[in-house]
Parts: sequence; structure tokens; C-alpha cells
Amino acid sequence: MISTVEKKLIISNPDELFFGLAPKPVKCQRGFEIGNGVVYPEINFTLPQIIINESTWKEVKSIYTEIIGEVCKRAIELKTPALVVEFELLPPMTMNPEWGAEITKILSENLDVFYKKSGLKSALRVTPVDIRDTNRPPLMRSGELTVNMFRSFELCAQAGADMLSIESTGGKEVHDDALVNADLSGIIFSLGILAVKDMQYLWERVVDISKNHNVIPAGDTGCAFANTAMILADKGMIPKTLAAVIRVATVVRSLQAYLAGAIGPSKDCAYEGPYIKAITGIPISMEGKTSACAHLSYLGNIASAAADLWSNESVQNVKLLSAYAPVVSLEQLIYDCRLMNLALKNGNEFTLKYRNLMVESDAGLDPQAYILKPEIIISLSQKIIQEDSPYKMTLCAVDETLKLLRDASDKKEIKLNEMELRWLDILSMQFDEIPGDEINLIKKMKNGIYADKFLPAEYDI
Amino acid sequence: MNLIEVIKENVIRGHTDSNAKYPPDLAGKPGVKDLVQNAIDEMIPASQILNESLIAGMEIVGSKFSAGEYFVPDMLLSAQAMKSGMQIIEPLLKSEDSKKIGTVVIGTVKGDMHDIGKNLVRMMLEGGGFEVIDLGINTPPEKFIEAAKKYPDAIIGMSALLTTTMENMRISIEALRANGLNNKVIIGGAAASQKFADEIHADGFTRDAAQSVQLVKRLIGLAA
Repeated sequence: MISTVEKKLIISNPDELFFGLAPKPVKCQRGFEIGNGVVYPEINFTLPQIIINESTWKEVKSIYTEIIGEVCKRAIELKTPALVVEFELLPPMTMNPEWGAEITKILSENLDVFYKKSGLKSALRVTPVDIRDTNRPPLMRSGELTVNMFRSFELCAQAGADMLSIESTGGKEVHDDALVNADLSGIIFSLGILAVKDMQYLWERVVDISKNHNVIPAGDTGCAFANTAMILADKGMIPKTLAAVIRVATVVRSLQAYLAGAIGPSKDCAYEGPYIKAITGIPISMEGKTSACAHLSYLGNIASAAADLWSNESVQNVKLLSAYAPVVSLEQLIYDCRLMNLALKNGNEFTLKYRNLMVESDAGLDPQAYILKPEIIISLSQKIIQEDSPYKMTLCAVDETLKLLRDASDKKEIKLNEMELRWLDILSMQFDEIPGDEINLIKKMKNGIYADKFLPAEYDI
Repeated sequence: MNLIEVIKENVIRGHTDSNAKYPPDLAGKPGVKDLVQNAIDEMIPASQILNESLIAGMEIVGSKFSAGEYFVPDMLLSAQAMKSGMQIIEPLLKSEDSKKIGTVVIGTVKGDMHDIGKNLVRMMLEGGGFEVIDLGINTPPEKFIEAAKKYPDAIIGMSALLTTTMENMRISIEALRANGLNNKVIIGGAAASQKFADEIHADGFTRDAAQSVQLVKRLIGLAA
């Protein structure tokens, strides 16, 4: 059952949107609560260069066993108040749900051992892959891949996951093309209609599975859309202004998980998380400078301004001079968290000063950072939630962000070069031609250039 | 500026025809489609239009992208404009016995669903005058083998984003060679590197889509 958005923000004062504290904290089983006044590290790791198949499976398991042991050992040595571990399944581990469950069990059992032996408080987030995207156009509600994806949630929940998440991809089959063409109508159709409908379908089921197994339905991310845009913008392939617009537009599709019953913490790569926190009050995971091991960004400091978990996104298990990369990543996260937690301990004034330093150090240098300023998050969120449907909310997000960036450029709060300004003009021209009515855009898309990219029945349209 | 140069300029600016709204300053003015028709009416040979306007224009577009002066959407507008001109001259090129300069088979390897980079390579190669056979995503070695048999002179391009799927490029190349297929193979994608290309005996590595045209041209002896 999808609930409707309240017309009032849970956090409406920018000075109340900061790290470590969320109005609706989430209690974890191994002795701690997320969003209740402390920022915790969330470590994620992945395999080095290796093919995953039956012949390598034993080695794969031993790599994960080794990583979790080393990570927990260092977490204890550095006295972290608690640790969240994220296990993002790789495609073969979701296609063969038993494999993902086996690794989940290994990680969960190790966390249990360290909790009982050394008192290390911890939680395990497990994130199956949205393998429905394997074929194009994808079957979103039927077929073996969909069955295996949901089975993967079930088996991982049984095997010891504390939280379930996913980086869902509904609408990506249209968005990928629309993105490289900078076609706003395709982007809005993908995010405001396809992605929203898929999120509602998917998260109702993930919430049910979570309830059945007494695990936390944590949350989703617009990674498949906005992070793809962020990476392409970083490589100079698309305008950064477009990436910023897409980020705000993903708020509406990501929000659907929480309207379906997810309770957070949101996924680390959801840079739209602070908007979700303001709208819903749930705790969020974020990643920034500490995720440079996985991808580059322009949001290194500002991303932590409202974080309740601080993540490294993912790191390959390769040997560095000091230790294996997951241990190195964890150490960096823990030191960042220590500073944030010390600021929290010193009271509101200190916390805001520290937050503002992180915000101001990035905000003027890139439009994607600018839209993460607390006062902008509150202002845009307030406008978005006044709209009556997810489609209209998405239109509002895009329109308001375009105006905001133009205004910020005019006021010299951000510096946009000639290429960026040219595309800001083009995007605004495109926006003026997008139907205000969802039905008309659906009709146009069913007969338009993306008609062979998606299957309307899979979205119930 | 003569007509050939004007067409080339319109390819570079990505202006398709007089109905196109982009770029805004050219809206309402004749674009590539209209101008190519004019050129045909003036009896300019289709092969000259192809080489000196369309392909030459796309070469400049590729250079602008490599220099950070164009985004991908700019390139795609140009590609679209070029295509609109191609549609007019294609039937004439056939009668002039003009051939594509080569064929490239591309695909994202097995287990990998990422195709944005691959699609850009396809677009750049098509813009460069190549015929491109796109095998799509999650392409098993058997599909590369099948395509290599069908297009024995084609260059084969493989793409992978993930460290856990890049090994499938090695497996696909080994499968081609085991089947006696000697097509040249190029690789690309976030996980790939020149070092990895050397290790798996690929014939080339491309860092980005714009470079892929030069790489393929070099491999078939059309560029130094």
C-alpha cells in the first residue's frame, strides 16, 4: 500500500538538517540505532578481478571471509561505536540466489562472532542486483530474472541480512538513451512515470518480504539514473547542470520506497538522500570523498552534511601499502565519523559550524554540489511535495532546479561555462514543451522514439 | 563558403533541417537535409558530399568532443544531422558504387549489462563512415564467433564496465582464436586498459568513443 506524501516537511528548518540525527531513527538488532545522534561508518567491498562461477566459488567465499574478518578487527582496534557492512551482490549471485545467501550467511555469522566476542555493534545491509535490466526491453514484473531477484531478497533475509536495499532500475531502459541525448522529455518520462511505477511495485514486495523475515526494509537509490549522469558529467560527456537536474528529479522516484513502507537508512549512493531525509525524517547513508575509490565526484564534503551513515560506496579487495583496500577505506570512514561525532558532542552551534564548512567548501564549485545546500534542499523539497502526483512532483523538481541554477549563475553563486549555459537554455526550451498531463506524455512516448525500448504492460501503462 | 562547406558547418552545429529547433540560432534556417538536397540538385557527386561534408564534419565534431568543447548530446545532434543527409545520398552512393570503409562488430561482453559507452562508440563509428553491427549487451563468446564468421573482415569491439566481467573479454578472444577466427579485436570500457588489452592479446584499446574511430582506421590501414 503506497501512502501519500504529507504536504509538510518533517525537517523544514535548514539548520535542523545535519549529520547524525534523524527524526525517525532506525533500531538495529546488534545493539545500536541509526540516526540517533551518532554517525556510523558503512563499509562496502567487492571482489578483485575474478570470474564468478562454480570453479571459483570456493575462492570467492574465502575472499569474503577474509575481508569481513580484517574489517571487523580494524573496526574494533579503532573503537568505532558501531559498524554497518553492506554486501552488494554481484549479478551471478542474484541470478543464483543461493550464492548470494551463502555470502550473506558468512558475513552475518562473522558479525555475530565479533559482536559476542568483542562487543562490536553492527548491522548487515544486503543489496541484491536488479537483474531485470539484463535484457532489453526488460521484463519488470515477470520472467525468471524477476523471480530470482525476489527470491534473492527472501534467501538473503533468511541468511542473516539485517537490512534489505536495492539499486532499482525501472525506467533505465529509456533513461540511458534520453540521458546521452539530453532529452528532457525522455528523462521525465523515465523518472516521473516508469521509475515511479516500478518503485511502487517493487517496494511493496520488498517491504512484505522484510516484514515476513523481521528485517529492515532500508531503501533505494537513483544511482542507475543520477549517478550515471554524475559520472558522465565528470567525464565531460554531458552537462553538469543536466546531472544536477536529474539528481533532484530522482527524489520523487526514490521517495516511493518510503511511501511503500521502507524506513531507511537510504542507500549510500543516493545523493538525493538529504531531500528524502527532509521529506520523510528517515536516516540516510551518504558517500563523498571516501568513495573516490569507487568513482570520482564533486560532492566530497557536502555529501556528509546530513549523513547518518558515512560510506565508501565500494572498494576492490586489493593490497595497498598499508593493508587491503577495504581496511584502508574503513579507517578513513571511521576518522571522518569521529570528527562528525565530536562536533555533535559539542552541541548544536559546533555541529552547524562543522556542517557549514563542509557545505561551503563544495557548494559554489559545481551545480551538483549546489543543489545539496541545506537551504536549497528544504526550499525545493517544500515545493515538490505541494504537487499532487509523482509526475507533477517530477515536473516541479525539474522546473525549479532549472530556474534555481539559472538564478545561481546570474548571481554568481555558481560558475557555469558557455557550454553549460547553452545547454541550460536548451533544457529550459525543452521543458516548456513537455505535457503537464501524464496521460499525454505516455501517449507520446508509446508512439515515439523510445517505443521499442520499454514494454508498457510491465509498468501497467 | 561553398555549399559543401555550409553542409559541413551544419553537421558540426547539429542542425538537421529547417523544422529543427536546435541549435536555437539556426531554427527556421535550412539544415543538413535541405542543403544536401540542394547539393544533389546542383549535381555535386554524392561521394563528395559524403566525404567532404558529412564525414569531414563528424571528424571535427569528434575532435571538439576530445578537446572538451562538445558534450555527447552535441555529438548526437550532429550525428542525427549527418544521418538526415545520409538518407538522401545513400541510394545515390549505391549507384556510384561507393562502399562503407569497413565493418565493426561491437558488443558488451557476457555478464555485463552496461551499454552507454558501447552505444557512443557505435555512433562515432557510424559517423566515421563504418558499418556497425551491434550485438547488444550480455554478449556470449558464441555470438562474437557467429558474427566473426559472417563478417570475416570486420574489426570486433568488446566492452566491459565491471572487474568481474572484464575476464569475459579474454574468454571471448580465446574463443575466437580457438575457432580459427583472426578478426582484429579492440576493447574498451571502464575496467579495460592498454595493459589489459596487451595481456589478453587484443589488437587495440580505446579510452573513449571519440578515439575509437582513429583506432579502427589505424587497424585497417586508413590512418597512421
